[in-house]
Amino acid sequence: MSAQQIGAPGTRNWTAREVARVKPLVFLLALYPLARWIWLGTHDGLSANPPEFLIRSSGIWALVLLGLTLCVTPLRRLLRQPALVRLRRMLGLFAFFYTCLHVLGWAYWERGWTLTSMWADIVQRTFILVGVLAFVPMVALAITSTRGWIHRLGRGWQQLHRSVYMIAILSVWHFWLVRAGKNDFAEPYLYGALLAGLLLIRVFYFYRRRSV
Amino acid sequence: ALLAATPNPDYQLMDKPTSEKDITSYNNYYEFGTGKSDPFENAHKLQTRPWTVSVEGEVARPRTFDIDDLLKLAPIEERVYRLRCVEAWSMVIPWSGYSLSTLLKAVEPTSKAKFVEFTTVVQKDNMPGVGSRIIDWPYVEGLRIDEAMHPLAMLVLGVYGKQLPNQNGAPLRLVVPWKYGFKSGKSIVKIRLLENMPMTSWVKIAPQEYGFYANVNPQVPHPRWSQATERRIGDGFFAPRVDTLMYNGYAEQVASLYEGMDLRKNY
Repeated sequence: MSAQQIGAPGTRNWTAREVARVKPLVFLLALYPLARWIWLGTHDGLSANPPEFLIRSSGIWALVLLGLTLCVTPLRRLLRQPALVRLRRMLGLFAFFYTCLHVLGWAYWERGWTLTSMWADIVQRTFILVGVLAFVPMVALAITSTRGWIHRLGRGWQQLHRSVYMIAILSVWHFWLVRAGKNDFAEPYLYGALLAGLLLIRVFYFYRRRSV
Repeated sequence: ALLAATPNPDYQLMDKPTSEKDITSYNNYYEFGTGKSDPFENAHKLQTRPWTVSVEGEVARPRTFDIDDLLKLAPIEERVYRLRCVEAWSMVIPWSGYSLSTLLKAVEPTSKAKFVEFTTVVQKDNMPGVGSRIIDWPYVEGLRIDEAMHPLAMLVLGVYGKQLPNQNGAPLRLVVPWKYGFKSGKSIVKIRLLENMPMTSWVKIAPQEYGFYANVNPQVPHPRWSQATERRIGDGFFAPRVDTLMYNGYAEQVASLYEGMDLRKNY
C-alpha cells in the first residue's frame, strides 16, 4: 500500500523527504530549553538556587519532549500524514537527552557524584525509585533506536519500544510524588491528563482497527 | 524604608551573609504562589498599613499592638542568623528586630500558657495564592512557650537595615533560627497563648512529613530527601553542599529545651 492511498482525500501526502526537510527546524526548536538555560545563566536568571532550577526545569522539559514524542502517532493518523514518523526518533532522543541532564543534575548537585549516596537515595525514597524505573528502560530505547537495531530486533523492536507508555506513566507518577508532600498537584494533573489523552487515542484506534 | 538597627555582638556569625537580592527574590510565601519567585513578583499588593497584631489567650493583659507600637517596643537590634529551609537550602541573614520574649512579657502570660500560636494575614484580593487549596488559610504556626521565650526566637521587622520587604513577611514576622524556616510565620496578625498544642498548617497537610517541632536535625531525614546536607544559596554553581548542623548550629543554646525527648518521634 503506498502512502498516496491512505492519505486524506483531496490532500497530498507529504513524502518522507519533505518531512526530513523540516527536521533541522524541529531539531533547533527542541534545543530551545538548552538555549534558554544558557541565556538565563549568562543573565543572572537561574534564580538564587540554580541547581534546583536546572534539575526541575530539565525534568519538566524531559516530560514535554516525551509527550511530544507520543503525539507523533496520533498526529499521523489525524492528519493522515504517515511520513511524520520520521520525526519520532529525534523527539524521543531529545526526551532522553533532557532526562539525562535531569539525572546528571541530581547525581551531581544532590548526591555529589557519590554512588553509595545515590543508591541510598534510590532505596529510601519512592519518588527517586520511580524516576530510576522510568530512566533505565529509556536507556535501552535510546540505544536500540538506530537503524541497525531496528533490523536486528525485527518484530521484537516494536514490542520493546512499546515500553515508552510505561516510561511515560512512571515519569508522571514520579512528578506527582515530587509534589505530593506539598499538595501542589496542578502541574502533575495537567501532564497526567495530557498523557491519559494520548494513551486513550491509541486505545480508540486499536479497537477501531479490530472492529473494521 | 530604612530601619535603624544596632548590631548585637552576641548574635553574629563568621558565615558570609547571603546577598540582599537572593534573600528578597527567593522565598516561600505560598499566599503569593508556590514558585520561589512568586512572592517577589506578587507581594507588592500586600497592604501593610494600617497593621495591628492582637496578642490574646492565656495572658493577663491581652492587647492589640499597632505596628508603630511594635517598632518602638524595644531597641531594634541587628542579628545575623542562619536560616535553614526544610527543603535543604540555607541562607545567612542579617535580621532587624528583638526577642519575641519582649512582646510576650508585655502581655504577661498566665501559668496556663503552654504554647503560642501565630497566625499569618489573609488578604484575598491581594494574595493570588490563597485561591489554591494547598493550605487551609490562614497559615498557622506554633511554638512551645519555652521555645517562644528563648532569647534566640526573634520578632523581625527588618532585614539588611531596611524595613521588611513584603515577600519576606512585612511588616513583621517570626524568626526561629534553630527550626526549619516554615516555623517562622510571616506577616503576623494574631498571637494566641494556649494551654494545648495548636494544630499548625503543615502538620495538618502532611503530618508524616512535617512535625510540630521541626527542629533542624541532620540525623532525621525528610521522607523525600535527606537533611544531612544543605545547599547554601549564593555559593555558586559548582559549590559542594555543606553539612547541616544540629539545631542549625544553635545546639549550645537550645539543646537543653529538648532533653529526654525522642527527636525521631518529635520531628
